[in-house]
Amino acid sequence: MKYVDEFRDPALARKVLKKLHEVVADIPRAKERPLQIMEVCGGHTHSIFRYGLEGLLPKGIEMVHGPGCPVCVLPMGRVDDCIAIAEQPDVIFTTFGDAMRVPGSKKSLQQASAEGCDVRMVYSPMDALAIARENPHKRVVFFGLGFETTMPSTALTVMQAKREGLNNFYLFCNHITIIPTMKAILDEPGMSIDGFLGPGHVSMVIGKQPYNFIASHYNRPLVVAGFEPLDILQSLLMVVEQLRDGRAEVENQYARIVPEQGNLNAMAAVNEVFEVREHFEWRGLGSIAESGVKIRQAFEQFDAERAFSVATLQVEDPKSCQCGEVLKGALKPWDCTAFGEDCTPETPVGALMVSTEGACSAYYSYGKIDVHQAG
Amino acid sequence: MCLGIPGQIIEVKEGGQFGVASILGVKREVNLSCVYTPDQPEAAVIGSWALIHVGFAMSLIDEDEAQRTLEILKEIGELQEEMDAIAQSGSKA
Repeated sequence: MKYVDEFRDPALARKVLKKLHEVVADIPRAKERPLQIMEVCGGHTHSIFRYGLEGLLPKGIEMVHGPGCPVCVLPMGRVDDCIAIAEQPDVIFTTFGDAMRVPGSKKSLQQASAEGCDVRMVYSPMDALAIARENPHKRVVFFGLGFETTMPSTALTVMQAKREGLNNFYLFCNHITIIPTMKAILDEPGMSIDGFLGPGHVSMVIGKQPYNFIASHYNRPLVVAGFEPLDILQSLLMVVEQLRDGRAEVENQYARIVPEQGNLNAMAAVNEVFEVREHFEWRGLGSIAESGVKIRQAFEQFDAERAFSVATLQVEDPKSCQCGEVLKGALKPWDCTAFGEDCTPETPVGALMVSTEGACSAYYSYGKIDVHQAG
Repeated sequence: MCLGIPGQIIEVKEGGQFGVASILGVKREVNLSCVYTPDQPEAAVIGSWALIHVGFAMSLIDEDEAQRTLEILKEIGELQEEMDAIAQSGSKA
């Protein structure tokens, strides 16, 4: 496939890896403790495991798997809210497939569907809009989930619903924003992350500039990275070169997709439909100020939270589930007592085992390759 | 969740908000609002490759930047080969 295959060339990957080993060998402090580099985005986590990159990296690099998997950071109470909406009469509840198996406190959307709720998986929010058009006597709710990458698509869908005068389409908005979350991570006591791989597709919407504080205030390098193996290796190389040289800059490895200023059309749509929430609850990270968005008053007729009086109850995770600790990097997936026993991709206890972008699912499915190739 | 797939825009529909993209040979209607405004000529996007995410063309792929990234990668590779050759020649100053 164009723009994909050329970034998977194994011969070239070997050479970039070798260079990576050499640069890390030039950084004395990497011998005392590995350089911790966080890939913020769950898409990167998935690629790193899918291509077995972690086992090929120098011992002086430790990847820390970040919070950028929207399904993984969704608190259980929000799944319960979804089910409460889906159980109401004449509702068709539509969602991306990722969210179907996330456990709520009593059941998942998949189980609710098996029990008779009309829950439908869609590829696009526009598909949910089409269902609303075809079912004028039903109330069609779309579960809006995801970071800035996905926000423009739901914003444009709500704008389209307004243009068409649809009165049976609702958005249950659970969109979250990456910048306040990265700031929360950087402010954690004992934070030891040395550098970041920046989320490629969030950045194609918001651009490079919002990350500048990470370099200027926190003195950490960040490289906006693509998702193919060569993209990830090159981005890691750019991060460790900065660390070797004592630089902290925001660089863009993924310039073929990410313009410096982001996507102005997309941001305009987001700003028209959404406004910042005071707080949003994250699994494992707690409540983070201004880390989510809600629907503006001008579009309130499409707001499922208003139409369905959503309870937004806070529900504790099951005791055996340690997703929160794993998300913060305090615990490795295999250190969790439930990992691989009670909690597997078939019967997940925690959200990190549900999504293919979750660290636990990635470790379970692809294993941890512990073969460190010497330079 | 955040992943996308490259597709080639092959048609702009009336009004300009929607079009058709060919994704691995499969044709699908896509929303063009993030990459196209109806006051532009259709040629601005037809034939272009875009990153398609949940049915929306999110960003036009910059061919020059793609080539530049590949060239940098190849240079890293070539330089690495040269350094290896120097190391293997065994002649030290």
